Amino acid sequence: MIEVDEVAKSFAVRRRAGLLRRSRTLVDAVDRISFTVAAGEFVGYLGPNGAGKSTTIKMLTGILTPSSGRIRVAGLDPARQRTALARRIGVVFGQRTTLWWDLPLRDSLTLVRHLYRVERSVHRARLAELTELLDLGSFLDTPVRQLSLGQRMRGDLAAALVHDPELLVLDEPTIGLDVISKATVRAFLTRLNEEQGTTILLTTHDLGDVERLCRRVMVIDHGQLTYDGSVQRLRETVDVDRLLIVDLAASAPPIEVDGARVVRTDGPRQWLAIPSDVNAAAVVAAVASRYEVEDISLREPGIEDVITRLYRTGVPTRS
Amino acid sequence: MVEAVRTYVLLAGTWMRSAAQYPASMVMLLLTQAVSSSLDLVAILIMFAHTPRLGGFSLAEVMFLYSTSGLSFSLADITLGTVERLGEHIRKGTLDTVLLRPVSPLLQIATEDFNPRRLGKLIPTGTMFVVALTRLDVHWTPVRVAVLPLMVAGGLWIFWALWVLSAAWQFAVVDGKQAGNSITYGGGFLTQYPLSIYGRDVLRGLTWVLPLAFVNWEPALYVLDRPDPLGLPVFFRFASPLVAAALSVLAALAWRGGLRRYQSTGS
Ligand SMILES: Nc1ncnc2c1ncn2[C@@H]1O[C@H](COP(=O)(O)OP(=O)(O)OP(=O)(O)O)[C@@H](O)[C@H]1O
Ligand SMILES: [Mg+2]
Repeated sequence: MIEVDEVAKSFAVRRRAGLLRRSRTLVDAVDRISFTVAAGEFVGYLGPNGAGKSTTIKMLTGILTPSSGRIRVAGLDPARQRTALARRIGVVFGQRTTLWWDLPLRDSLTLVRHLYRVERSVHRARLAELTELLDLGSFLDTPVRQLSLGQRMRGDLAAALVHDPELLVLDEPTIGLDVISKATVRAFLTRLNEEQGTTILLTTHDLGDVERLCRRVMVIDHGQLTYDGSVQRLRETVDVDRLLIVDLAASAPPIEVDGARVVRTDGPRQWLAIPSDVNAAAVVAAVASRYEVEDISLREPGIEDVITRLYRTGVPTRS
Repeated sequence: MVEAVRTYVLLAGTWMRSAAQYPASMVMLLLTQAVSSSLDLVAILIMFAHTPRLGGFSLAEVMFLYSTSGLSFSLADITLGTVERLGEHIRKGTLDTVLLRPVSPLLQIATEDFNPRRLGKLIPTGTMFVVALTRLDVHWTPVRVAVLPLMVAGGLWIFWALWVLSAAWQFAVVDGKQAGNSITYGGGFLTQYPLSIYGRDVLRGLTWVLPLAFVNWEPALYVLDRPDPLGLPVFFRFASPLVAAALSVLAALAWRGGLRRYQSTGS
């Protein structure tokens, strides 16, 4: 569905260098990345701010022309065949609406139907379905400018799906949504991917999205792919300490034990970090035998810890 | 082509529907437009109160030139005028969303905010055109009559190309709206009067460099049966479509080049 081969994009940025002089520098927003996404996949595209996620998406959708490299989306060259591609993909930029500001949501969706030349009867059925799944009923006749962020986002999702695209590209679709709206959107996306087989690529800073939705993640940092693989393998390959929480009978100086170190103490409670190559059971046994322990618990690193570590160190773990 | 027109009507219609939510302000704006455009006519009448001829042309002839240029310009302005907002779309990054839809960005921006008030300009200009025709002292041959709609259409086509060119210029210079306007609005203004009043050098420039002479001046010389001050062969009276086609090619290239250079915004 998506083929990206050695694609790079650099921006010419003019900076003020002195009173009148301006220097022109090139920013490598995306630096020769390659990946493919097969039909039916659900891929999370992660990376810290300014990593190059949006730039990649703009190249995939034909908004930006790559500086070099080759892209195929649904068999088309996005920059050259932008209009043809637009009929086959759906795109949502969480930060920006594609709806018409002054029109009621329903009219916006009708307009989208005309633009994509969807049959009236097909549209009616699809709109009914989208209305139910995205819970649009209560604000279909409200002008877009009066919608709340969460409502607007759901409207945008509906607009991106009116023409039943093969590929859905989402740039931060859950930004600023409350828990309920997030749950609605996530359930909807899962269903879309599983039941209709729509390929989905999404960027997000919400790791809940990644854990609940994506089977595969790609991580980009400074324009380069630093990871591409399953969420599971990401946890395994990135070294992240596990955390042992020990409640002692009384306050004590930091516990001394081989293979772990205390990272924090609070009265009788102490936190020990255990590197991934150390046997946690041995540490637990050692602590229990030498100290008077009330309670002990081991916390596996969450996806957040994994990602934080990855963003900080940028360990390249490409397969 | 048919598809483009269909899409245009569809988009413009939707915008009009949303403007119709405020009918009172719509009518007011239409009237204001009409009245402010009619003031130009008053200016011409005042001028002719002091002189019987302007650049060698009578009142009826000047009204003819004025209204043919005005019709072409207003039609272009109504149908394509909002493309001058391209710079704003570029600066705010809203061009991104425009580019995501399977319809030419030119069509989308041209229909943006389409409002019947835009038709206001046509009322006084159209009236003046009719008045000029009834008062012209011209021997109406079939060819002369046929040239009338063709010259308005040719002028419209030239103005379309100029509008697209000046919009495409904003890809290179984001705040280039003013400079672009000086070609479109400036062109609309210049061609309202007999070009002979600007002198031979300017006239040459308007023929060979910025070919505004083909908006209405050259064909009007034929209709009014006047000699060309530059002594150009009769072929030039009918060259407007060729000039328009050449300008369109130029505009299309500039537009495509601009889109390819488009950098979007950081967020
Ligand atoms: N239109 C532009 N002009 C100049 N530089 C740009 C432009 N767009 C992006 N950049 C630069 O390219 C780099 C990547 O930006 P991009 O928007 O792709 O990041 P991102 O991964 O989407 O970040 P975020 O998570 O903050 O949205 C940044 O350094 C940014 O400053
Ligand atoms: Mg981004």
